[in-house]
This record gives sequence, structure tokens and C-alpha cells, in this order.
Amino acid sequence: MADISTNFLGIKSPNPYWLASAPPTDKKVNVLRAFEAGWGGVVWKTLGSQVKNVSSRYSAVNFNGTRVMGFNNIELISDRPLNINLKEIKEVLKEFPDRAMIVSLMADNTKESWHELIKKVEDTGAHGIELNFGCPHGMTERGMGAAVGQDPVIAKMVVEWVMEAAHIPVITKLTPNVHSVVPTGIAVVEAGTNALSLINTIQSVTGIDLDTFVPNPYVAGKSVFGGYCGPAVKPIALKFLATISQNEITNKVPISGIGGISTWKDAVEFMLLGSTSLQVCTAVMKHGFRIIEDLCEGLNNWMDEKGFATIYDFIGRSVPTLTHWEDLDINYHHVAHINQDKCIHCGLCYIACEDASHQSISLTYGKPYNTYAIKEEECVGCNLCQLMCPVENCITMVEQRVAPEYVNWKEWQKRGLPLNDH
Amino acid sequence: MITSNKLSIDQYEKNFSAIHPPFENKEAALMEANRCIFCYDAPCTKSCPTEINVPKFIKQITTDNLKGSAHTIFVSNIFGGGCSRVCPVEKLCEGSCVYNLLHEKPIAIAKLQRWATDKAIQDKWKLFDRKPSNGKTVAVIGAGPAGLSCAHVLSREGVDVTVYEKESKGGGLMTYGIAAYKVTPEFCQSEVDYISSLGGIEIKYDHAVGKDITLEQLQKQYDAVYIGFGVGLANQLNIPGEELDGVEDAISFIYNIRSKGYSQVPVGDKVAVIGMGMTAIDAATQAKRLGAKEVTMVYRRSEAEKNCTQVELDIAMLDGCKIQWLAAPVAIVGENGKVKALVCDKMKLGAPDFSGKPAPERTGETITLEVDMVIKATGQKPYKTLVDENGLKNTKGKLLTDEHGATNIKGVFAGGDCVNGGKEVVDAVQAGKKGAAAILEYFKI
Repeated sequence: MADISTNFLGIKSPNPYWLASAPPTDKKVNVLRAFEAGWGGVVWKTLGSQVKNVSSRYSAVNFNGTRVMGFNNIELISDRPLNINLKEIKEVLKEFPDRAMIVSLMADNTKESWHELIKKVEDTGAHGIELNFGCPHGMTERGMGAAVGQDPVIAKMVVEWVMEAAHIPVITKLTPNVHSVVPTGIAVVEAGTNALSLINTIQSVTGIDLDTFVPNPYVAGKSVFGGYCGPAVKPIALKFLATISQNEITNKVPISGIGGISTWKDAVEFMLLGSTSLQVCTAVMKHGFRIIEDLCEGLNNWMDEKGFATIYDFIGRSVPTLTHWEDLDINYHHVAHINQDKCIHCGLCYIACEDASHQSISLTYGKPYNTYAIKEEECVGCNLCQLMCPVENCITMVEQRVAPEYVNWKEWQKRGLPLNDH
Repeated sequence: MITSNKLSIDQYEKNFSAIHPPFENKEAALMEANRCIFCYDAPCTKSCPTEINVPKFIKQITTDNLKGSAHTIFVSNIFGGGCSRVCPVEKLCEGSCVYNLLHEKPIAIAKLQRWATDKAIQDKWKLFDRKPSNGKTVAVIGAGPAGLSCAHVLSREGVDVTVYEKESKGGGLMTYGIAAYKVTPEFCQSEVDYISSLGGIEIKYDHAVGKDITLEQLQKQYDAVYIGFGVGLANQLNIPGEELDGVEDAISFIYNIRSKGYSQVPVGDKVAVIGMGMTAIDAATQAKRLGAKEVTMVYRRSEAEKNCTQVELDIAMLDGCKIQWLAAPVAIVGENGKVKALVCDKMKLGAPDFSGKPAPERTGETITLEVDMVIKATGQKPYKTLVDENGLKNTKGKLLTDEHGATNIKGVFAGGDCVNGGKEVVDAVQAGKKGAAAILEYFKI
């Protein structure tokens, strides 16, 4: 059995899975249940400024009959009294000393507020602090949350205040509501943050009620932009994560990955792009804490299959494979191949290629089943047909290099090789 | 003994409740609809005689466009509601669903089609507009699937249609000739009402052509005539004892079930049903459901040559019907004028005959089935006399038409069972559509 225990800046947890700062981590009763289920740690729902929530708070995007492909919320930070939260954190720590206890914070915008809040949190015995610089709604209007994370100068200033007071590791959580997370990442690393976490939610409108004409979620005839999360945001989160892992300054600190992680496979992908720990929320909001079982078992089985003894054997492994477009090998070529024994004659490859790609699939009429075949000389190897095919390994992409030599775009131009030749 | 009232009302209701219940709720329909992968040039559509765009109507269910879905179905098949109940989909659309090739359950196309069409019929959605009347008139003979399908297309194009129906209700064999647990008489009525609600279609019930009005009169009164009067009389066995009390043909047996009410239909204790087509199955299962203790289906060939689908045969077997393969009736034995036994020759399979199936040959051995009722379900005869009298070209009563449905008489078109000798409802609907197209072409509309 592989060892999936995690050491994040000295914060230990039996597995890399933490519950992200959110409703599942806002009180003792939830967190105890999470730890009983097997979660490695929690980031306690953000404490700090005084707030008042509205009703309703959530909306979702469903896709082809699958519920909650994406999820959206307009809830604020914790609306429970600070002292109760602190008392409960202390009690949970006593019951589960082996689990990671990080507390998310968002103080009012003064140095004193931050110092005061950090002191109170440290008194509970919590293992770390996560700075909420990402919340995209409600708090931003008051200059907090994403309003901090979107401005590297302000972010740097706040982190400096925090580092003056903090004695436990500080993780700064980044907002994706920027063109790049790197400038803020650099600023907060330079200001001394011990780690980064990303991404927070993405501003969104999930949908509009076609009878009332009001977007979701509905609050007395109005709505606001909410924070989008869930499986739909994973690709965006992975991209932002990769840019942090590629940067020479930001990749010096450990990263806690967040954004649509629902399965162990998602988790492995985040780790391959540099995450040490993983934070999960939406999947738990949908299914409950019980998903931790497969998250751990799947990760463990995969590591055994690959021969990885610890998670540190593969963290960041895929980062070097993400390159620049101009460095890609132009002589690489592959073409689609349809396995006629597996083909179910649905025609989805054909119509995709015919209407949207390079008209590289032939149709031979049959009743009721047509036969489809690849016109290899026309195929550009775009993958579209393979992506649309409902049968696993029916369409495979077969490598057919144009030439053995690696030639990239820069070299291609230098040699005056043909362009626009398809 | 042949008696009616064999069961309690509750038992009848239970025995004749729908064997293919509809989706209970929207979630169930959506879950199934979302399984459909939206094939291109879909095998299901190609396997439907009316070429319903199945992937499109299923997709429309998933997008909450149920009106669009119903329209997609009805534009190809105005009997889409009835067909969703009676079509042998296992050999048509569902039989060719690509999921079969994955050894997975095919999409429940019929059930989804029913989901969309039931709503339309129930809420009387107005999905078609009639073009203004163009002054052309057509007489349609027979308010069955072929006739009404033809009438609907014609009326949409502005033709004024009068339908002559010999029965007191429309729907043809859909109403009178199909097992009650597949489609109820009430549904058939609402389907006919829905079709004629388009306007421009007047149905004259209890008007039999050849009796109440002649083809010649119709030709004079209307610009064109469409014949869709189906097939009529059951084929005779031509064996001794056929005149005995207790010998009945399947069509009239089913007709009585559908028109009189279950408790009013007499059925024997031990029943033999001769034939192995869909009608034979409908007769056998319903005899059992009316309270017959023992039902034996008798077929002169083997299981491999059966005309019904496996799904249908399974229904009969699950109902407890026995099957006697390779047995050809040679005599019905009577006592006091009533059926006492059915004597059959045991058969074996020989070389293929004109039908392409192995010909049954007599072995010389006989078997005797003790029965008190014999139901004949060996096909129906076309209305040969009627056809001959009117000078319509035919083979053994089956009307001869060109590929578009035109008969040898100018302005007279035909389609459905009266041409093909008796196929599925869905084939008749398609024939009606084609006939309408030919009539519009004839009118140069």
C-alpha cells in the first residue's frame, strides 16, 4: 500500500484531502462528521468581518441530465459569532489531533484587525491560516476578498501585516477573477506567505429563469454574480495552477489545489501540476463526506500501480510537459483509425468531422447501419472524432510522423518550410 | 364450456391493464431520453417505416421542447401515439438502436414517443395549421391508419376530405383488431379525435362502400378517391368441423373484446388458437386473460419461422399459453354441434416454399387436442368481390397500385392493408402519407 499521508509545511494529515473553506466546514458538528468519515483536514469556513447572509444562496448548471456540473453561490463568510467558532475549533482539535486544521480568515482592512484575528486563531491551537483573497461576492464591495486578491499591491500589503503577527504557516488563497494569477502570486510570495492555494470561485451567472426572467439564484426578484465552482471549473483551475507551478518565484512555495476536484483522478491531476494538498467542496456538497473513501482508495490503488511510494514521488511531474506552442514538434502527426469491430455505427464521428473538421470520414450507406472509415490522407489528427465516439478505444489515434526529426515553429520558419499547405 | 363472465371485474381490469406502462414522471422520461446519443443518419429512423426522426424528438424531450418533440413525431406519423403502443418496436426502431450492438438495453423509443404524444393528445395541442381550402375534395374509404394518415396530409395542404367508415368508430384495426392491454378503445377514440381536430376532415361513420355508397358515386362527387379499407374476412381453414359452435375467427373475437366489454365475451375453458402471427398472439393471450384455463397455440412450422416477434411470443408464454409447433389442423371434432377436439397432422420441415420459409410436410402422425373452442388466426382475406366489382386490378383481392399508390383507375389511389395484404399499423400510416403525396401531385398542388 502506498503512503498517502501529507506534510504541508509541517501540517500533517493522513491523506492530502482537505475540505475547502465553505459550508461543510463552518461548525463543529460538520467537521467532526468529516473527520469521522476520514477527511485529512479542513479549512474552517472564513472567520472575520461581520456579515449578514441572504436567501436563496445557490444555483447550479445541469448538463444532459447530470445535475450540478457547475455550482454557484452568493453566500458570505461565516455568519456565526467568532467566539463560538473559535471554541469549536479548539474542541475539534482536541478530538482529532492528527488532522490538519487550517482556519480561513478575512479581517476588516486594517492591520490591527488582522493582528487581533490571527492571535485569537492561534490561541485555538490551529495548525495554519488561509487568507481569503478570493471571495468574489459580497465582501469585494467592502474592499475585501477578491478586491484584495485582484490587486497585487494591496495583497502584498495585507500579507505583510499577516506575517508580522503569524507564528503558524500562512496560505494565501488566490482569486481566478484576473487575467493571470501570477502577479498576485509573486506579490504575496515576496511578502512572505508560506504557501498558496487556488482557485477560489469564478464570477458567474449560471442561468436565467425563463418565466420570471430573473437569473439564479433568486433573491426577491433580483440576483447577483455568484462564485462558480464544481467539475465545470476544473480545467480553468488546472491552468491557473500550472502557471503558478511554472513561475520561478511562485513555485518555491507549496500549493494547495482547489477547483472542481470530485474524484481521485481529478486529485492526481492537480498533484501532477504541483499541488501538495487538495481542497474539496462542491463534490461534498453534492454527495456528502462519504466520497473520501474512494478519493483515498483510488489514489492508493493508482500509486501502487504506478509504483509511487509517497505522493512526493509524482507531485509536479506533469509541469515540464506543458510547453509553449512554438516549441511543439510540427513533424509529429497522427491519424484517426476506426476499429470496425467495435463501431456501433452511430455516425457521431462522421457528422462531427464532416460539419466541423476536415471531411475526413467516408460514409458507406447501409440499412440500418452505415459504415464509416477514415480518409487518412485528409485526416489532420485533430482528435475530434475520437472525442465524440461513445465507444472506448473504437477510434484510436495512430502515430504517423511526417519526418523523424523534431522541428518546431521557429525552426520551421527559419528553414522556409511550407505554410498553409493543407 | 364457452361462457362469458368467467372472472370478476377486478380480475378483468388487472388482466387487461397496459403491459407497457408509460413513464410515471418527467424525471424518468428525461433519464431515458438522456441515454440517447443522438446518432447521425440514425438506424432507428431508418428502421421506422414512417421514418420518424427519432434522435430529434428524443433530443427535444431533453431540451424541454415537448411540443417540438410531438410535432417531430406527428409530422412523420400522425398515429405516433397509437404506434408507440402497438408497434413491434423490437423489430423496428428499438431493434436497430446502436445500444444493441453494445449489448445494452436499447433506448425505450416507444415509451419516449408515448411520453411526448400523450401530452399532445391529452392537452389537445394544436401542432398543425391547415392551409386555406383550395377547393379540391377527396373521399377516403376507411378511417383506419392508412385513411386518416392520408386525410391528415391532404387536409394540411388545404384539401377538403370526407372519410367513409363502415364501423361506428374510427381507427380501423387500431380500434378493433389489437389486444386491449396494448391500446385502449378510449385512447383510440381520442387519437382519432385529435387527428380530425385539424379541420377539413369529415368522418361519415356507418357508411360502408359497396353497401351504403358506391365507388362510382364517390368518383363523381369528389376530385379523387383514396381506398384504405384494409382487409376483412378471416381466412378459412377449409377442414371438417369448421362450422361447429365454438369455432371463431380471431378478428371477430378481438373485435368483441374491444367493443363489448371483457365480461361479455364468451371464451372456452380449453382454447386452441391456430396461427403464429401478431393477431394469433393477441387472440391467445386475451383468451387466457378472459379466463380460459388452457390455451394452446398451434402452428404448422417451427419456432424459427414464426411471424410474431420474440417479445410477442414471450408475452404469450408468460401468460401460460402452450405452444404446439409443427402441427397443422386437419379436422375439428364436434359433439352435439359443439367443438370437442382439434385434430392436427404432425409436420416436419422440408425445402423452402414460395414464401422462402421451409415448407411444412406431413409426417402421417396425428395429435388430438381436447378443446372446446378454436380461434382461427391464419390471416385475413382482402375484399376480393368488392374490388373485382369495381374493376380495380388486384391479385387475389389485394389491390395493385404503382409505387405511388395509384390504382388502374384514374383518380383512385389506395394503400395500407388492402394493398399489402396486412402489415403493421405503421406501414399503413406510411402508405397513407405516400398516397396523399400522390394525390397532391395528381392535383398539381
